[in-house]
Amino acid sequence: MRADGTGTSPAVPAGAPGGALMGGARTVLGLGREDRREHLRGLPSGLAIRLYSAMTHLRAFDERAVILQRQGVIGTYPTYFGEEAVQAASVLALEDRDWLFPTYRQTAVVTLRDCPSVVPLLLWRGHPGGWHDVMRYRVAPICIPVATNYPHAVGAAWGARLRHEGWVALAYGGDGSTSAGDFHEACNLAAVVQAPVIFLVTNNQWAISTPIVKQTRVPRLAEKAAAYGMPGVRVDSFDVFACYEVIQEAAERARRGGGPTLVEAVGYRLGPHGTADEPSVYRDPRADLLWAPMEPLGRTEAAVVEAGVAAPEQLLELRSRAFQELRDVGDRLGELPLPSVEELADSVHRDTPWPLRPERLYEPSWARLEQTPPWS
Amino acid sequence: MAEISYRQAVRDAMREEMMRDPRVILMGESITGYGGSYAVTKGLIDEFGPKRVMETPIAEAGIVGFAVGAAMGGLIPVAELMTVNFALLALDQVVNSAAKFHYMFGGQWSVPMVVRTVSGFGQLGPTHSQSFEGWFASVPGLKVVMPATPADAKGLLLAAIRDPDPVIFIEHSLLYSTRGEVPGPALGDGEVPIGQAKVVREGSDVTLVGYSRMLLQALHAAEVLEREDGISCEVVDLRTLRPLDYPTVVNSVRRTHRLVLCGEDWRTGGFGASLLSEMQDRCFDDLDAPIQRVAMRDIPLPYSRELERLLIPSSEDIVTAVRRLS
Repeated sequence: MRADGTGTSPAVPAGAPGGALMGGARTVLGLGREDRREHLRGLPSGLAIRLYSAMTHLRAFDERAVILQRQGVIGTYPTYFGEEAVQAASVLALEDRDWLFPTYRQTAVVTLRDCPSVVPLLLWRGHPGGWHDVMRYRVAPICIPVATNYPHAVGAAWGARLRHEGWVALAYGGDGSTSAGDFHEACNLAAVVQAPVIFLVTNNQWAISTPIVKQTRVPRLAEKAAAYGMPGVRVDSFDVFACYEVIQEAAERARRGGGPTLVEAVGYRLGPHGTADEPSVYRDPRADLLWAPMEPLGRTEAAVVEAGVAAPEQLLELRSRAFQELRDVGDRLGELPLPSVEELADSVHRDTPWPLRPERLYEPSWARLEQTPPWS
Repeated sequence: MAEISYRQAVRDAMREEMMRDPRVILMGESITGYGGSYAVTKGLIDEFGPKRVMETPIAEAGIVGFAVGAAMGGLIPVAELMTVNFALLALDQVVNSAAKFHYMFGGQWSVPMVVRTVSGFGQLGPTHSQSFEGWFASVPGLKVVMPATPADAKGLLLAAIRDPDPVIFIEHSLLYSTRGEVPGPALGDGEVPIGQAKVVREGSDVTLVGYSRMLLQALHAAEVLEREDGISCEVVDLRTLRPLDYPTVVNSVRRTHRLVLCGEDWRTGGFGASLLSEMQDRCFDDLDAPIQRVAMRDIPLPYSRELERLLIPSSEDIVTAVRRLS
C-alpha cells in the first residue's frame, strides 16, 4: 500500500537507487577496488583522516541534537543525517577565508571552523549564545526561507571580486530550492557578472514530502546550469572524496576569475526532514533500506581502512572522541541561563534612531556573551 | 544656495557619496545606458564605470538579495527598483533578509544598504500606480524615507547611504521635475538626519501632516484655506515614516487641537491608519475633533486619465477635510 492509498507497492519504490539517478555523478568510492585504493593513497597527507574526522564530528553533533530535541532541551531541529560527506567536504575543500552561506540544514558547518559545538546547539535553543561570530568564522547567519541565501552569496562574492580579495562564496541549498525564483535570479546574476560563487545543491530527492519528480522535469539538476551559462557538475553526495574534488575544482575556477559553478550533490535523504517529520507517512520505507548501504560514515571508514590510510582503531578513537565531546556539551546545555529580557529589543537596528532609542547605552548582547561565555 | 531639481538632488547625493566613499555601488535595471526609469542615474556610468554602476538583469529579488550579500561583504549598495510596484517581487528579501539579519544574530552584522524606488502615477495603469510605503513602514529593522523637496531628497539620501541599517528610500515620479534650493558646499553637504519631521508652515487652527507629494498638496491647501476661510494651518512634513518623529506631530497638535493626515496610499491598512491610531492614543485629550484622513479610495488606479483624476488625493480633498472640522 502506498502512502496515497492507491494500491499495492510498485516493485521498485520511488526514489530507489540505480538507473539514471546517480548517472554522471563523480565518484571515488564507487571506483574499482584498486583504483579506489590508489586514489586514497594519492591524497595529500592526512586529508582522508581530516575529512573522516570532520564527518564524525558532524554525525556526533547531529545525533546529539536529535536527542536534545527529544529531551525538550532544544526546539524543532532539522537533522542532516546522511549529508555529513558533502558538508564536511564543502568546508575542507575551501580556504578559511572563503565565505559560507548556510541554510537550516547546515547549522553545524561552522563548527568545522573551530566554533564550539555548543554555539549552534544554543541557536536551536533560541539562546543568544547560539549566534556564532559571523566575521570570525566567515559563515553567514542561516537562512530558513528557502533559496534566499543564494543571491546573498552572489552579492558577497561580487564584492570580493570588486576589491580583488581572492575569496569565494559557497551557498548551500536543496533540490526543492531550485524551484524557487531566488535560485534562478541568483544563478543568472552570478553568471552574468561572473561572481566567484559555488551553488552547492544537495539533491536528496525530497523537499519535506515533495519528491523530485514533482519538483522538476529535469531530474539532473546540474543540467540547469547550462541555461545560465555556467558549468554544472554532479557528484555522489555520500562520497566525501568526490565531493571534496568537485568543490575544490569549482573554487579554483572561481578564484581564477572563471565565474560560478552549480554543484549537484545527488543522493537520498536518509533521515526525516526534521524532528517534526515522519517520512513513512509519504514515502516507501523500502527505499530507505535500499539506500542504507550508501550511509557515508561507514562507507568512508571501509574505504580508508581498505586503502591502508588509517587503522580501524584510529578511526574508532576519533569516533568515540567526537561522540564523547558532544555528550558532554549536551549535558551542560540545559543548565545555561535563559536569555535576559534586554535581549528582546537590543538589536532591531544597528543605529537606533532617536525616536526609538531606549534610555540606556546600546550594547550588543553578543558582546556581553563574548566577555563571559556561558560555557567557559 | 543653488536651485536644482529633485531628480538632480537625488543624483548629486549618489554622486557625492560615491566620490567620498569607494564602498558605495549603484545597481539596478537599465541604470546605465538608459539612466534609470526616471533618468536619475543618467551619466553616472561615464563617471564611475560598470563596476560601481552595475546594470542588472530584470530580477528584483535577485537585486535586493545581491545587495544584502554585498552589504554583508563590506560594500554599500544603493539598489534601484524601477518603481515601488516592482518592489513586491523583492519583498521577501527586504523583509526576511535585509530587515532581519541584524536582529537575528544579535547585532553582529548590519546590512548597510539603500533600496531606492519610486512611487507615483499619471496614466500608468493599475499595476504601476501604487503606494506601498505603509507596508515597508510596518517592518521593524527597516528605515523608510519619503522626501518631498530637493533639499530633503539630497540630504536624506546622503543620510540613508551613510546609515548602517537598510533604508527604503521612496522618491515620487511627479516630484522629479520640481525645483528647490539645496545648500551649497559652504553649508556642509546638507545631510538631513533620518527620523526627524519638520514643521514647514506654522499655523494655529489645524495640523496637516503629509510627506512626499502630499506635502506639496497640503501646503497648497493651507494657502487656499487661509485665503478663503481664514483658517491657519500648520503643515508638518514627516520626511521619515519609520522611525516616525511622533513628538513633532504631537507638539503641533497640542497647539492646534485638530489633525488631518494626508497620504496617497489606500485607506484600508494605509500608512495613515497606523499613524491615526497612534495619534489618538498620544493626544486624545488635546483633540477638539476627530482626526481626519485624506487617502486613496480602495480602488486600483484606472488607466483612464479622467477616471484616475477622480481618485488621486489632492489639495481639494484636504481643503474639504479641514472644512469638515470647522
